[in-house]
Amino acid sequence: MADFCMPSLGADMQEGTLVEWLVKAGDEVKRRDVIAVVETDKAAIEIEVYEDGVVEELVVEPGQKVPVGTVLAVIRSEGEAAASPQQRREPAAGTGGAPVPAESAAIKVAAAPAKPEPAVSVPSAPGPAAARIKASPYARRLAAERGLDLSQLPGTGPGGVIRAADVAGGVAPQVLRPGTEQAAPVVAEPAPVPPAAAAPPAKDFQAGMRRAIAAAMARSNREIPHYYLGLRIDLSRTLRRLEAENLKRPIRERILPVVPLIKAVALALGEAPELNGYWVDDRFQPQEAINIGFAIALRQGGLITPALLNADLQSLDELMAALRDLITRARSGGLRSSELTEATVTVTSLGDLGVETVYGVIYPPQVALVGFGRIMEQPWAENGMLAVRPVLTATLAADHRATDGHRGAQFLDALNRYLQEPEKL
Amino acid sequence: MTDEQIREVVLTILRRIAPESDPAALGPDDNIRRTLDIDSFDALNFFIRLDEELGVSVPEADYGRLHTLAEIVRYLAARVQ
Repeated sequence: MADFCMPSLGADMQEGTLVEWLVKAGDEVKRRDVIAVVETDKAAIEIEVYEDGVVEELVVEPGQKVPVGTVLAVIRSEGEAAASPQQRREPAAGTGGAPVPAESAAIKVAAAPAKPEPAVSVPSAPGPAAARIKASPYARRLAAERGLDLSQLPGTGPGGVIRAADVAGGVAPQVLRPGTEQAAPVVAEPAPVPPAAAAPPAKDFQAGMRRAIAAAMARSNREIPHYYLGLRIDLSRTLRRLEAENLKRPIRERILPVVPLIKAVALALGEAPELNGYWVDDRFQPQEAINIGFAIALRQGGLITPALLNADLQSLDELMAALRDLITRARSGGLRSSELTEATVTVTSLGDLGVETVYGVIYPPQVALVGFGRIMEQPWAENGMLAVRPVLTATLAADHRATDGHRGAQFLDALNRYLQEPEKL
Repeated sequence: MTDEQIREVVLTILRRIAPESDPAALGPDDNIRRTLDIDSFDALNFFIRLDEELGVSVPEADYGRLHTLAEIVRYLAARVQ
């Protein structure tokens, strides 16, 4: 028997609102299935389950806002007999902290202590906090693709949540209701949020986003003794190779310069594994997988850093496809919990805006952040010759508890080496 | 296609990429990336859509010449069928 708890989707998350269940009691679930949608201060996230089993009981109702660690549902492992309600409650009460799925344990331990407090119920009626339109990520994506205004759609999910089916029906809602002759009453169904309230939610979102970033970054600067290293890198070889490759391709398949940079970071981390992992419980916990959290600025303000999983094992084409998918979902909804909890290091690229050097703030409990500035044409001396080259300043912000400058320097050196041999990327 | 029609296609694409901004307020000589806060990922999507809508495949080497609405319309007008 396992408790499925409100996950900590990063150091900046204290609580979340359950928006939608995608399963019901009795359903069989497989590891990595998306079974719920949770709204954080930053985004609506699809939550995955971490083991195979059968849903025994859904504990928290859609619309409820609960602290991280609160039991959302009980999942019975395969082969296990159904337990009595009495037994069911015990695991969470005894341990002082709710049991945690193994894979997000590292992050969860580092996050605010998970208290098994009674769930804080938030009415689903549009109050100041609940005023954001409740919709599943997939529904948001569909609506964005079709140019539909979510506030104008009827939500038929629990608590008036707009589901994908509602969006599909947004054009012709009557299709959803066979037997309903008149389309008008369906269309006129009260939307979860009146259009007039469209402005305040955006403000709430920004306030929530700022709060979330404030919590994580204040903790980072309070707890992490940062050190910073920078290296100017001649990118001519990597860019020449990329340009030649892109020239052969239709626009759709072109690769952005940041992609080989990400791959080079992943490979260089393989040579400096002390920078890839978490600082938890006063010690460094290295991670085998190299999952690169990529900072994505959101148009409405703020940022989110979902992970490119196993970046070291992917080809440039695969990484480009993964990045495209991640940026698109970060901006329109539909990120998954694993993408927000499994980053082992972060990459921030601010080159688009002309910034030359990034001085990063580490995202706890990670121990390193790699920053890229703008690729600029610069005078470059090599072998006694002066030339003009595209030059990139790469920086490393690292946690001095986990590594020393020497290790950081080895990482930047390895990064540079990979970028001089782009055929290895 | 007239310049005005091309301009309309470009603005429609920009509206989809930067829904929070108001591309119609864009001056002909404003730097589009700066004014609408478009990053390199958005820019790539912009060129992909241009290709889909107008059949003009802009080579990477030309990106550097296309900063403003006026420049883009002029560039496309010379190439669109």
